[in-house]
Amino acid sequence: MARYVLRRLLLAVPVVVGIMLITFLIKAVIPTDAVTAQFQGQMSEADAAQAIAALRAKYHLDLPWYRQFVLYVESLLHGDLGESIRLRRPVSSEIGFRYLNTLMLTGAALSIALVVGMGTGILAAVRRNSWLDVTATTVGLFGTSMPAFFFGLLLILVVSVWLRWLPVVPRGPAAIVLPALALGLIEAAPLSRVTRTAMIDVLRRDYIRAARARGTGEIALVLRHALPNALLVVLTVIGLQIGNLLGGAFIVETIFSWHGIGELAVEAIGWRDFALTQAVILVSAGTYLAVNLVADILYAWVDPRVELAA
Amino acid sequence: MTDALVDLPDLRVEPRWRRLIGRLLADRSAVLGGAILLLLLVCAVAAPLIAPYDPLAIAPMARLRPPSPQHWFGTDEVGRDLFSRIVYGTRYFLLICAVAASISASIGTLLGLLAGAGSALVDGVIMRLIDVLLAFPYILMVLVVVAILGPSLWTGMAAVGIAGIPGYARLIRSAVLGVKREDYVDGARVLGASETEILFGTVLPNVLSPLIVYLSYATPLAALLASALSFAGLGAQPPIPEWGAMLVNARTYLFSAWWAVTAPGAALFVAIFGLNVLGNGLRDVLDPQG
Repeated sequence: MARYVLRRLLLAVPVVVGIMLITFLIKAVIPTDAVTAQFQGQMSEADAAQAIAALRAKYHLDLPWYRQFVLYVESLLHGDLGESIRLRRPVSSEIGFRYLNTLMLTGAALSIALVVGMGTGILAAVRRNSWLDVTATTVGLFGTSMPAFFFGLLLILVVSVWLRWLPVVPRGPAAIVLPALALGLIEAAPLSRVTRTAMIDVLRRDYIRAARARGTGEIALVLRHALPNALLVVLTVIGLQIGNLLGGAFIVETIFSWHGIGELAVEAIGWRDFALTQAVILVSAGTYLAVNLVADILYAWVDPRVELAA
Repeated sequence: MTDALVDLPDLRVEPRWRRLIGRLLADRSAVLGGAILLLLLVCAVAAPLIAPYDPLAIAPMARLRPPSPQHWFGTDEVGRDLFSRIVYGTRYFLLICAVAASISASIGTLLGLLAGAGSALVDGVIMRLIDVLLAFPYILMVLVVVAILGPSLWTGMAAVGIAGIPGYARLIRSAVLGVKREDYVDGARVLGASETEILFGTVLPNVLSPLIVYLSYATPLAALLASALSFAGLGAQPPIPEWGAMLVNARTYLFSAWWAVTAPGAALFVAIFGLNVLGNGLRDVLDPQG
């Protein structure tokens, strides 16, 4: 097991370097850098040129790209994500609390997706071809076609405007309800489908029939005998889904003004604030990589055959 | 003279594409999806004939009117007719699908062919690159490209297309690895075909089926992302009647004019739903085991 974990970690190293290179590229390939953009048309030509040159030197924009990359990686290793040109303060101070907000939102959404998705998936598999199964499948198909931002707006319209269950701009803990629902319910759709397929597959196996023949109750049969084996398939999908949740957060956070890194990314790109953009993308990609690493390791822990095959 | 001595059975085989069309027409979801796609195409081509108003014409006296016989879907915050804007929006929807899918499918297929059929070095380099790109969630990759190219309708489409490349490349590579071992590839080589001829003449046609199946998965996803980009202000910019961009201003009026949000949102949903069910149908026909 330890060797497997080590191998997976080593395999992640080139990916980490690649991620850093790509985020670095964001700044490196832009024809006009943020510094130039900031001063254009604001001062006399000579003053602007001087200010630009000073700032370019400060941000090392005057060095060749490979030297800039080395400096970039060095500062990253020191935990320095650079300074936001728009907010005029270190990027890390802005990202910290927003990252926690996004983690909270994706965590809540993941719980909703797991409960709703796996719940309906299991029920649909057990009551195959019943009205419940047909409804779950149809709703699931609708779910995969539903744009997250439209679903979010519909939720606000129905819950806050028509039913008045929640204030339009909720404060405190209530604020997380709608964004988490918007994000979680959409991800529940594919999860439900995968759980259903995996459960149907497992429920057909001989050992389930043997357990049933021994007189095991239906609920124990499903939850204790079938579910753990179906979980193997579901687990890999959950790893991918956390990526979708992180991605979906960009849109959902924007709709609900949830101050997470998704909203920040959209704003940063709009402001052309490259240090901020780089940092947000680096942090998101890093999180996604870590989540997948953990999912892989968990997978090998649950199913030792994976470790042997690798 | 016309009488044959022996009645031979009719050995003519129906062409493959005609059999496929027949099976598609027998598939309920393929027909439903096809009908929706056809509707979108008709709207896009005949938009000036179908739309009762100019999609960009502002009418301050008629702002935020609810749906009525004059304005079927109501009007938006500057009095533009929403039905007309949605009809014209089909053009942007289909354009986005076509551009994004062509970029990802063409470059992805080429990279996949090279990796699958090339030397171990070529394969290794391309696949490590693909691994890095796939380490980004899809939408994050899209944002990276938008951050580099700057926000607009065209860069949005390009970004969605470029971000889709690694998925296609990985799929085609694994399909090529399977096809490469087939006897007919050896056959072509024995008959003296060059490696390039084998790659494009023999291998490529035999990976088309998984390619089409993947296209049917990836295209609705790409369309969703492109409209999400516009919604976030990083793709098509108002006043372009792109459905995602139409929601940008409309959401401010959610409380007074719900129709301005539901009309473009529903259009987007129906269009994506159509592509998804058409994809389901295509998968049933092309990939019966999958």
